[in-house]
Amino acid sequence: MSVAFDEKVHKTLADANLQLAIYKATARLIDHRKHSVTAAALPDYQDLRTQANALKRHTIDHLDYYLEQFEANVTAHGGKVIYCQDATEVADFVLGLAKERSAQLIVKSKSMTTEEIDLNERLEHHGLESVETDLGEYILQLAHQRPYHIVAPALHLTRYDVGDLFARTLGVANETVVEKQALIARLVLRQKFMAADIGISGANFLVADSGAVLLVENEGNARLTTSAPKIHIAVAGIEKLIPRAQDLAVFLKLLGRSATGQALTVYTSFLSGPRRAGEIDGPEEFYVVLLDNGRTKLLADAGKRESLYCIRCGACLNHCPVYRKIGGHSFPWVYSGPIGAIITPQFMGIEHEPSLPFASSLCGACAEVCPVKIDIPRVLLELRAEVKQAEERGGTNRLERLAFRIWAWVMCHPRIYEMAAMVAAGVAPAENGKWLRSAPAMMNLPPVRAWLSQRDLPPAPGKSFRDLWRKR
Amino acid sequence: MLVACRVCRTTLLQSLFMAQRVSIFVTCIVDQLFPKVGLAMADVLERLGYQVDFPEDQTCCGQPAFNTGYRQEACQVARHFLKVFRDSEYVVVPSGSCTSMVAHHFHDLFPADEDARRAASELTTRVWEFSKFVLEVAGVDDVGARLEDVVTYHDSCHALREFGIRDGPRRLLANVRGLELREMDAAEECCGFGGTFSIKFPEISGGMAGTKIDSIVRTGARTVVSLDSSCLMQIQGALARAALPVRTMHLAEVLASH
Amino acid sequence: MSREAILNKVRTALRRSAGQGIAEPPPVRLYVDQVDAEARVGSMLRAVEALAGKARLAASGEAARAYVGAVLDGRTAVASNSPFLLECGVVDLAGVLSGFTDAAELRALCATADVGITSADYALADTGTLVMLSSPAEARLISLLPPIHIAVVPKERVLSGLDELFTILPDPAAQTSSMVLITGPSRTADIEQILVRGVHGPGEIHVVVVG
Repeated sequence: MSVAFDEKVHKTLADANLQLAIYKATARLIDHRKHSVTAAALPDYQDLRTQANALKRHTIDHLDYYLEQFEANVTAHGGKVIYCQDATEVADFVLGLAKERSAQLIVKSKSMTTEEIDLNERLEHHGLESVETDLGEYILQLAHQRPYHIVAPALHLTRYDVGDLFARTLGVANETVVEKQALIARLVLRQKFMAADIGISGANFLVADSGAVLLVENEGNARLTTSAPKIHIAVAGIEKLIPRAQDLAVFLKLLGRSATGQALTVYTSFLSGPRRAGEIDGPEEFYVVLLDNGRTKLLADAGKRESLYCIRCGACLNHCPVYRKIGGHSFPWVYSGPIGAIITPQFMGIEHEPSLPFASSLCGACAEVCPVKIDIPRVLLELRAEVKQAEERGGTNRLERLAFRIWAWVMCHPRIYEMAAMVAAGVAPAENGKWLRSAPAMMNLPPVRAWLSQRDLPPAPGKSFRDLWRKR
Repeated sequence: MLVACRVCRTTLLQSLFMAQRVSIFVTCIVDQLFPKVGLAMADVLERLGYQVDFPEDQTCCGQPAFNTGYRQEACQVARHFLKVFRDSEYVVVPSGSCTSMVAHHFHDLFPADEDARRAASELTTRVWEFSKFVLEVAGVDDVGARLEDVVTYHDSCHALREFGIRDGPRRLLANVRGLELREMDAAEECCGFGGTFSIKFPEISGGMAGTKIDSIVRTGARTVVSLDSSCLMQIQGALARAALPVRTMHLAEVLASH
Repeated sequence: MSREAILNKVRTALRRSAGQGIAEPPPVRLYVDQVDAEARVGSMLRAVEALAGKARLAASGEAARAYVGAVLDGRTAVASNSPFLLECGVVDLAGVLSGFTDAAELRALCATADVGITSADYALADTGTLVMLSSPAEARLISLLPPIHIAVVPKERVLSGLDELFTILPDPAAQTSSMVLITGPSRTADIEQILVRGVHGPGEIHVVVVG
């Protein structure tokens, strides 16, 4: 793995407080989800997952059709769809619109897609003020940090961190009571909402038959972002489409429960177009930015296309024993956890961080809880095979390949295998059945050293099973 | 007494009507590092009235290569496996992960070879993880075992998630005389082995083992039981390094105790 | 143009051609629980309370009005233009301002009012949810800006759940630019997973079911 990854992992593992924070936060989310999908709480949970997978598969397999249907319906309701190939095009669109409307202040609700394209940085670089309004994201913006988790972005920070941060950046007294910290943020951000020219949101779902954007949240900042300013821009990946409003009855039952154990989040907003004639408030202009940024690349790979089904619930992160150790910041991209591990190599190319697909024990906990049934372990295995094929083409990692070639040959020749086993048993240290802390020089190979860095080795048994069986 | 009779009766009946043969695939890790597990499994199967056959040409299921991305090499080893067990009516395996490799992944190794794919699919119906075989094929949840101990059970990931094996081993353990089973809170969390993951990412693997052994210690159990030797190797290695007085036993070894 | 570029990439990736039709989507999956009105109302009230909201069953419009008056307790309120609120006499309570059709005026009032009073288009009994469609009768900000939100809903509008909502309202976009499902008071657990209510939206909600 890259040096950067190793260092981040090491730092996270060495930080006892952080380990506890990550473990406890994810444990809580695991528990909440578990109670919300029991047979009593949601008797058709498994059936809903199957249906959600089928709906996503159908939509993704016919994505061009649904993109066009969505666009037609947005337009019919007075909105506008903007297709953007990459981060620059999104920024250019927002900047262009802001200039035309003399807009200066932007409020934003939580959107991983906008993190993906560094939208705030780009807008601020051009002199606009773009304020995150989700409490966790607001804190991170002040701290100049990336989200730690898809759903709980600031889980790595303590109330003392937040107290220091607010005192330093907002000039307020150092407050460590969480309710008071929330109140500080509410007051500051309320002013921003009221004064903002543009509200930018993401979208949890894009509803094709309605030309609607579906947003879920608990705080109310997404509602304010999309209702107070005169202009609403929703930025969403093209994969967010679902066919019909009625399909929300399936997805909404899965999203909140999988993410936080809530049957429904506090606010679910179904927004289609600017305010209609007669409506008293709401935006006057409504834009949906449909972002590619590499999604069409994933789309082309039928074997791994299911990676696009993700509804960003975060359940895979919560249940992943690796994520629960290394946290969100160890991952090389904004998307962390198991979903991050499969989409990062597909977006960035496997050479970007070739060991990422291997940083998993393939325990399958992610696949078990994924509401849309993405077979994450299967995709990881495919990515691993691709990495090895690339290494073979590039002539790298020759020693490992040679080792496995020899290993396979030995395993196909039983008598050779038996001889090799005898030789290995011959050099293995015999320490009267005790587990070994260290290995003799002859066995001091990197794999053995790696094992011994964390745990003892089993004692050499003396005789193999087949020897004992023959004597039985 | 009643139970012992039941087991004896089974054995008697089966030997009267020609004992059913089962082949065992002990797995390379049991063959080389934990041979007693293989012997224990054979003992239990014989006690249940089966005639146990060990095809000597067996080596490995190919999982190490497959999981590391070397599909060609895994494919070669898989072909050998198919050959070795072609004529076995049952193949019983003391491992969830190896059984999963054969039952769920062999099929993907032969995208262009129709015959091999068919052989792989067919083999899927004949290969059994040990505890599942005992419960579903032998139809027995009490093998007449006795072991005075306080144990906790670790759910091996592949067995749990790919075969739904969760209650079965617990039922078998519940019927072991003298045995007290205590549940650990992190029973279903991965031990951190994951094959080459344990040596490619030793610190993370070690961290995961740490969480597991903390959970084990909290139960006060003296023994950890699992149905996968790779998990047990990881867990015991971590326990030994922490100098904790807890031992590990494979489910087969527990069931063979009397 | 990016539109053509992206759609072309999508079609190439999927091996589809422009204007090509689609296979049948998986059928709509809506199962409406047949629950009688009393049970639905009971479930709604319990669900709201479970979310730390306050729920009340009022036998009549007057009873509802009395309850709202008690909650107001002399504070200022903005009420929506819902005919049902008018019918219940809620808009006549002291301190309640309503009848606004100008966005800027309404927003200024909502920003300073202590309480926002609305009706709701529907309620979902299984999750304790209010369904509010933006319309001349219901503005968006009344249920959002003031720190307290009171919703007064006739019991006929209480549905069993999402499935029933999408059965009777399969096309919300045909009716409104904004349909919001409100399930409990605003909350966050972003700092140390400690629950805080009323971050941006109202931290206190009251649901009065009338009938």
